Amino acid sequence: MNITPSSAIAFILVLLIAPAVAGVATRTKSVLTGRQGAPALQLYFDLWKLVRRGAVFSETTTWVFRLAPAAMVATTVLAATLLPLDGRMSFIRFSGDAVAFAYVLGLGRFLLVLAALDTGSSFEGMGASREVTFASLVEVGLFLSFGTLVVVTRELSLSGMLGMPFAHHWAANAPALVMISIGLFALLLAECSRVPVDDPSTHLELTMVHEVMVLDHSGPDLALILYGSALKLAVLGALVVSVLIPRGGLPAAGSLAVLGGGLLAIGVGVGIVEATMARLRLPKVALYLAGASSLALFSLILVLWTPA
Amino acid sequence: MTHSSLQLLLLLVVLTDFAVLGTSRLSACIRWIAFQGAILGLLPLVTEGGLTMHVVALAIGTVIVKAMLLPGFLRWAIREAAIRREVEPLVGYMGSMLFGAAALGAAFAVANTMPASARGSLVVPVALVTVMIGMVILTTRAKAVTQVVGYMMLENGVYIFGLTLARRVPFLVEAGVLLDVFVGVFIMGIVVFHINREFDSISAANLTELRES
Repeated sequence: MNITPSSAIAFILVLLIAPAVAGVATRTKSVLTGRQGAPALQLYFDLWKLVRRGAVFSETTTWVFRLAPAAMVATTVLAATLLPLDGRMSFIRFSGDAVAFAYVLGLGRFLLVLAALDTGSSFEGMGASREVTFASLVEVGLFLSFGTLVVVTRELSLSGMLGMPFAHHWAANAPALVMISIGLFALLLAECSRVPVDDPSTHLELTMVHEVMVLDHSGPDLALILYGSALKLAVLGALVVSVLIPRGGLPAAGSLAVLGGGLLAIGVGVGIVEATMARLRLPKVALYLAGASSLALFSLILVLWTPA
Repeated sequence: MTHSSLQLLLLLVVLTDFAVLGTSRLSACIRWIAFQGAILGLLPLVTEGGLTMHVVALAIGTVIVKAMLLPGFLRWAIREAAIRREVEPLVGYMGSMLFGAAALGAAFAVANTMPASARGSLVVPVALVTVMIGMVILTTRAKAVTQVVGYMMLENGVYIFGLTLARRVPFLVEAGVLLDVFVGVFIMGIVVFHINREFDSISAANLTELRES
C-alpha cells in the first residue's frame, strides 16, 4: 500500500463522481434526441431513495443472492485501487496487476451472475448467459490492449505502464496508443452494458443483457448494484483517460482536473454513441467485439514490429 | 512530418481494410473502398521526395479513378441491376475478421524477412495486408459486386507496393496501370449486370453450373 495525498484525493473523486458520469451520459442522450430527460444528478437521488427502502427477497434465493451486490461494489472499488488514478501511482502495485484488474472486475461479474442464477428465473439466466458470453469476448481485446501497453513501456504493473514516464512513449507510438484508446472505449461500452451491446434504459425487453440479471434485487441491494455499475463505468473510463492523456508530468491539481474532465467527457461520449446508434443485433455484437479486438491486435503487432 | 503523416495514412488504409471486411451493406462497402482510394491518392504526396509534376498528376489521377469513377460505377451497377443490398458472405463476418487478423500477423511477419530497402517502413506490410484482405474478400463473398470490391482492394495493395518505386517508374506506366484497373472493373461491372439479367441474381455460384436453369 502506498497512499499519497494526490492518489487518495483522485480515488475519492472517482468514487464520488461515478454516478454523475452515468448521469452525464443519460443527459447527453436526452439533449441530443430532443427530450426533456432526467437531470444529470438523478442517479444520486435514486440511490438515496433506494437506500432508505426495505429489500424484498424471494423465498428461493440463498445467501449468494444477498452477497452479490456488496461483492460487486467491493470488487469494483478494489479494481480502482489497482489503477493509478492520479496518473502517478496506484494504492496497490505489483508486477502483473493488470491481470488482477481484469479478473477482479470479472469476479464481481461472476458473483452477480451467480445471484441471477440463484433466483431460478429462466429470464435472468438468459441475461446471465449473454453477459458472460460478451465478457469472454471483451477479455481478448482487453488483454491485447494491456499487452500493447506492456510492450510500449516495458513495465508489468499498471502504475508503471500509465505512470510518470508514459508521456515519452507517446511520441514514438502515437498511432498504436490512439488505436488502443478507441478499442478500450469500444470495450468499455460492452463491459458497462452500454448501447451498441446492451441498452441500459430498457427494463422489460427480451434483448437486454445486464438489466435483466438484476431484476430481483430491490432496495439497498439495487442501490449497490446501480452504484457498482456506475463505478465500473468510471473506473474503465479512468483507464481510457489514463491511456489517452498521460498525466505523469502534470501538477497534482492539473492531473485531478484532467481526470474529472476526462471522465465527464467519457460520459458525453457514451451519450453521443447512445443517441446516434441503435443497439446491435445479438449476433452482430460478437463482430463488434472482434472489431475492437482487431484494433488492439493491430496496435500490438505495430508496436512489436516498430523498432524500439 | 511527412514520415508521420505517411504512417497515419497507411494505418488508415489498414483500418479501411477491416471496415470493408466487417460491413454487411454493399453501399457501405463501396463507400469504404472509395475512402481507401482517396487515401491512396494522398499517399504519393507524402512519400519523401517533395512535390513534382509527376507526383501531383499521379495523386489526382488516383483520386479521380479510385475514389470517384470506380465507386460511382459500382453504385450505378447496384442501382441498375436492382441488387439486394446485403453482402452475403460465404464465410461469416466473424470468420472473415479472423482471416483478416491472421493476414495482419502474417503480413508483418513476412515483411520482416524481406530484403527490400524499405524495411522498417510501414509501406511493405500494409501493402501485403491489403493484398491479403483483398484476396479474402474476393474468395469468401458470393456476390459479384463484392468480388469487384475485393479485386479493387487487392489492386490497391499492389499500388501501395508500387509506391516504393514511384520515383523510378515513368508516368505513362502508372497511367497505364490506372487505366487497366479502370477497364477491368468496368468490364466486371458489365458482366455483373448481364449475370443479373440472366439469372435474376449476381451470385457467382450460379456460374459453376453449365446448364441453364
